[in-house]
Parts: sequence; structure tokens; C-alpha cells
Amino acid sequence: MHVHNYEKLWLGASLLLIVGFISTIVYGAAGAGITMVNDEGGQVNPQELGNTSGFDDPGVTKVGPNEYEVHVVGIQFAFQPSTMEVPANSTVTFYVTSRDVVHGFEIVGTNANTMVIPGEVSKITVEFDEPGEYGIVCHEYCGAGHHSMAAELTVTEPSNFTMQDDTQTQTGGNETTNATATPSGGESA
Amino acid sequence: MSTPGETAGETVDSAREMLPDNSFLIQYPHVSRVVRSLFLTAFVAFGIGAFMGVLQALHRTGVARLVDSADYYTLLTLHGVLLVIVFTIFFLAGVFAWANTRSLDRPPVSKRFTWFWVATMSVGTAMAGIAILAGLIPSTDISADVLFTFYAPLQAHPIFYIGLAVFIIGTWLAGIDWFRQYLAWRRENAGERIPLQSFMVLTTMLMWFIATMGVAVEVVVFLIPWSLGIMPAPNPLLTRTLFWFFGHPVVYFWLMPAYLLWYTVLPKIAGGRLFSDPLARVVFVLFLLLSTPVGIHHQYVDPGIAEGFKFIAMTNTMFLLLPSLLTAFTVVASIEHGARQRGGTGYFGWLKALPWRDPAFTGMALAGLMFAAGGFSGMINAGMNINYLVHNTIWVPGHFHLTVGTAVALTFMAASYWLVPRITGRKLYSRPIGLFQVVLWFIGMVFMSAAMHRGGLAGIPRRTAEPQYPQVTFETVAGSVSSLRLQLAFGGVLLFVSALLFLMNVGLTAMNNKPARNLDSALPPALSGPDQSPTVLDNLKLWALIAVVLVILAYSLPLYSIVQGAGLYPAGQEASPAVIAPLLEVIA
Repeated sequence: MHVHNYEKLWLGASLLLIVGFISTIVYGAAGAGITMVNDEGGQVNPQELGNTSGFDDPGVTKVGPNEYEVHVVGIQFAFQPSTMEVPANSTVTFYVTSRDVVHGFEIVGTNANTMVIPGEVSKITVEFDEPGEYGIVCHEYCGAGHHSMAAELTVTEPSNFTMQDDTQTQTGGNETTNATATPSGGESA
Repeated sequence: MSTPGETAGETVDSAREMLPDNSFLIQYPHVSRVVRSLFLTAFVAFGIGAFMGVLQALHRTGVARLVDSADYYTLLTLHGVLLVIVFTIFFLAGVFAWANTRSLDRPPVSKRFTWFWVATMSVGTAMAGIAILAGLIPSTDISADVLFTFYAPLQAHPIFYIGLAVFIIGTWLAGIDWFRQYLAWRRENAGERIPLQSFMVLTTMLMWFIATMGVAVEVVVFLIPWSLGIMPAPNPLLTRTLFWFFGHPVVYFWLMPAYLLWYTVLPKIAGGRLFSDPLARVVFVLFLLLSTPVGIHHQYVDPGIAEGFKFIAMTNTMFLLLPSLLTAFTVVASIEHGARQRGGTGYFGWLKALPWRDPAFTGMALAGLMFAAGGFSGMINAGMNINYLVHNTIWVPGHFHLTVGTAVALTFMAASYWLVPRITGRKLYSRPIGLFQVVLWFIGMVFMSAAMHRGGLAGIPRRTAEPQYPQVTFETVAGSVSSLRLQLAFGGVLLFVSALLFLMNVGLTAMNNKPARNLDSALPPALSGPDQSPTVLDNLKLWALIAVVLVILAYSLPLYSIVQGAGLYPAGQEASPAVIAPLLEVIA
């Protein structure tokens, strides 16, 4: 087959570009440690969330010295809970599912972003470097009131953070200060 | 019939007598009628869809809210379905009917069969359209506010799903019609290379047959029985995955008629010849092979799908860039050849020699330019972990308004200025209006799409009637959110004006009594002809087989693991809205 020289050159450059793109993704996964939402969250019965550990009482739970879990349920047209608070510089794992239709979960200004599918649990682990107020929006159309579906996440200075959940006691805040907090929001790790 | 004494000029009837014998309209009056009928449906859908578009642009930016926000989603469903299903696919069917006939130089085998698939596609469209529109009438229980993606357990009226299935069957019949036409040609032309346009039609339809298996199973096996109340709600992740099995290749189904026009018509309009016929064939084969095993890249942030499957889809997606990058080369080289034939010189000086006053040329050239921009934003979407930043933000509609909304739609409009005179025998009503219109589309899209991309980087979600939340502050990199809103709305208005000008221009062309001139339908041969490529490229069975194997490799394990996870009909899934009385109860 006859291929012109310019075509060959272009073909080579194109393949190089493609391999380059794939390399950036591999670097993001292996180097920067950005993992994808996957099948680790498992399955639940959307009608039985009240009897499902974690989703029976959605909200923030402390699970380790500096580790928190947040269970969130999407319903038409709200998130439960509608406000959440976690300390900065901690590892926060969100478990998100839906009681009815497909929703979305996006912590605005960060790369914490997942689909929320009834029957499936989305698990994303996030580290917040910087205290602040973050909005959470449902980014998948879920019905006539979709545009009112949002929630609020407060990331607090570790020294000011107290668990609102009375079953958990707060251990002394993180001793490091936030002087080095980076401007970027979160990072899925 | 005019007489020499009439001063009003020639009528179309007399003009038809004056048309050269080799003009398409004279040779294939029946196919011309089929194409006219398909284009009519496409353009009506385009007009209504564009109107829905401007309403949305004004609504979500808060500039003017003419409907209730709850109804916004009905308009959005209409916008999506009319523009990316009806407008694109009816226009495709018209272009393919024309191209297959022209390049094989023989009519379809059976007139009745051709009209049968036109009718099937039309009936399906009408059913789905009625179901959507009924959503605006509160007194009916019929609605289909499910958007173009109709993710279960959001539920539409059964008419919507049945209409969709009927429509897709219509497209399959169209494909069968074009294959029969080809096989009839093959019987008389054993051993010859498939003419290029027909090759493009056939490979695209093979891709479509494979791709629509996903949505056919989703709709026929799961959604129709569920909406009728016969079966329980299906696994939402499974139906999503079946949708995207179809949902990505469908974008290439929109794009392939534009590619066909860029490869075969644009070089002629530019005054030149296609640079390389072999490379064009390679590109279409690559699309056949790679379009389908990539759909999971729409599900990068779906739970329930292992990261490995997402990685495979990402790799395939990146290689799918190759045929588009090759197209960029071939199309630009062909245009440059045309410009040099017209006396253009210099490294870039040849650009000045192109027929910029011709709306067909300028529209397609601008569409191609915007496709390059859309390609780059698509590469970002394709980046699995980079996609976290933009997934389901308004960045994504920003991206696909460059691709399907410009590369495809603007090419279709521009090509109409060239093709409509060839299937009606009537002179284009106004070239200056056409030129203004295609440029206006480009400018409108620059405003709208840039604002959408930037809004997406700030995290503003897509598919939302009111992206203004008390809890949320969107922070842009540069400029304010309110300025982005105004740019989006302004761009949307320009696009709507451009759409109206297009419809007016084409409508007046269809009624124009002035006959078209220079209706040469012949396309010049490529500089490097098909004889320079191996004949295996024309082995459609082989490529179809490899395409099927790739799809099986890419999808069997993910589908298996999804079904292993929650099953086909997981407990606890409930339809929303739950207003439709199941058929069994109605009968009982």
C-alpha cells in the first residue's frame, strides 16, 4: 500500500501523541495515585437502606486516628445528610448511594466526583488540604426538582473540629498546622 | 412548461429538461424524492430542537425563564432527541441514500422497501416525540422526561421506548437497503473495488448494526416490558452500560456522514481532489473496529465497574483519535491541493485561493476547524483521571456542541447548500445569506462553547434548569460566573438566529422557481486511487468479524461482573415517576 511520506510522518506523530496521552493517565494513576471509582463499594438494596449499616444513619463517622467515613444517601431531591463537617488534612472516605434514581455527587471545586446509582455504592477517598465551605451538587438529572439537589460540606481546622455524632469521641486534633494548605480542593486517592 | 415568450424566466420544469443527463435528479428522480423527504423531517426536527436550545440557554443562565423549571427537562429531552437522533440520523439517511446511489450508479433494489424504512423511521420518531411532548400536558399520564440517555429507573411512557425501538428497526432496514443495493452492484462488477462513498456507507452501517445491539437489548428486553408493567425494574447499572455500548458509537454515526462529505464533496468544492483514497478507507475501517469497544469511557466514575475495565476503554478511546487525526491530514491536504489548482501559492498563501464565498465550502471548513477544538476537549474527557474534574459539568455539553453541534451540524447545513439544489433542481435561494449563516453559527458557538467549557472547569453541572444554589459558590479561573452566563446566552441566541436563517434559506430554495445550474454530480477521483491499497481493505466480512470480536473482548467481562453484582432485576428498584398504570392492571 502506498503511503505518502508526509502521511507517514503525520501517522507517526499521531501515534506518539496517543501514547503520550495514555502515559499521562498511567502517571496519574501510578504516580499521583489517583484511583478510579470502582466496584469496591458493593451493592445494597435501595429500599433497605434503613437497615443497612452506615446508610441507616447517614453522616460522618470517625474510623481511625485521622480517618473519617461519610455515608451519603441521594433521594429526589436532596442529599442525606444535607450538611457535613470533616477536619482538614484527614482522610475522608465517602460512601454514596441512591434510594431512588440515578444521581450524581460532585464536591464543587475539587475532583471528588462520582455517579450515584441505586443498588450500587460509590466509594471515593478524599483528602482536604484546606479548610473551607464546599458545595455538593447532584450533577445527573434525577427528575423535575433536580436543580434543587445540593448539600454543604464544611472542612474545619483540625483544632476546631468536634464530632457531632455523640457516639464518637474526638481525639486531639491534628498537631500540624494548616500553614501549608494548598489552594486546590480535594484529591481522590 | 414555459414558452419562449415568457419573461419571468425559466421554470423548474423547463429547467429539468435543461439539466445535464448525468445530473442526479435526472438519473434518480425517485431517490431524489426519498432524500427530499428525509431532509424535510431532519430540518423540521432541527428547527424545533434549535428553538428548545435557545429556551434552555436563556433559562439556565437566568436571562429569561419562559417556562417552569420543572418543564425545562421536557424541553431538554426534546432538544436532545430531536437534534441528535432525528436531525442527525434522518440527514444521514438522506446523505447515504444519495451517496450509495451516486457512487454505485444504480438505484436501490426496491422502491417499496425504501419507502418502508422511511415510514418505519418516521413512525418511530412520531411515537417518541408524542410521548415527550405529552409531558407538557399535565392532564395526560404520558410523559418521557428522561432526557436523551433515559437512565432507568427514571421511567418514560411505553410509547417512548416502543417508538425508539421502531425507529432503530427503521435504521436497520435502511442499512439492509443499502447493502442490497451494493450486492446488486457487486453481481455486475465482480472483482472491482467498492466505490469510495459506498464503502463509507457500508462500513458505517456495519458499525451501526453492532452498536445498536446494546440499545436494542436495553429497550426491547428490559425497558419496554418494565414500562408495560410486565417485568420488574432492571439493574440500573446494566441498562446504563447497555446504553453506552450504543451511546459512544452513535457519536461516530453522527460524524461519519460529515466525514463522507469532507472526504468526497469538500475536495470537489475546494477545486481539487481527495488526497488519498486508501487512507480514507483505512479511517472508516478503524471507526468500524474501534467505535464500540470504548463506551465505558462514559462510565469512568460509575460505581460497580472495576478500574481495569475503565483502563481498557480509555486505551481504546485514545487509539480512536487516530482515524480523526488522519482525517485532519487528508482533508487539509485535499483542500490545499484544490487551492493550488485554483492558483494558490506559498506555505500558507494558498489559503487565500480557497472559495471562501461559497457557504458550502466555508461552512464545512469552519466545521472542521471547530472539530479540531472539540477533539482536544474530547481528549481531556477521555483522560480517565482528568475526567474527574469535568465529569457531568457543563464542560461536557461544551465539548459536544463543538463536535455534534458544529462539526456535524454545520457540515450538514453547509452540505445542504450544495446538495439541496442537486435533489430539487432548484437554485440556492441566497449564497450571501448562506455564507452569513454559517459564519454566524461559528461565532455563536465560539461564545457558547467557550463559556460552557469555562463554566465546567468551575464545576457548574450540566442538565440543570437552575445551576444557582444557595449552598454553592462556583469559582472561575478568570472572569465572573455572571459574565459566563451572558456569553452562553448570547451564543445561544446567535445560534438560534443562524438556525432560522438556514431553514429560511433552504425553505426558499425548495420553493425557488429559478433552476439550479452546474449540477454536475460527478466527484473527481482521488490523487492516490484505490488501486494503491490492498484489496483486503474491502473485505467487509473480515472487518465486521474483527469488530464483533473486539466488542466481545471489551464488554463480556464488564457485563458479566455487573450482572454478578446486583443481578438482572435487583430487589428494591422502583420506577420514577410512578404514575404509569402497568398494562396488566389496565387490562385486568
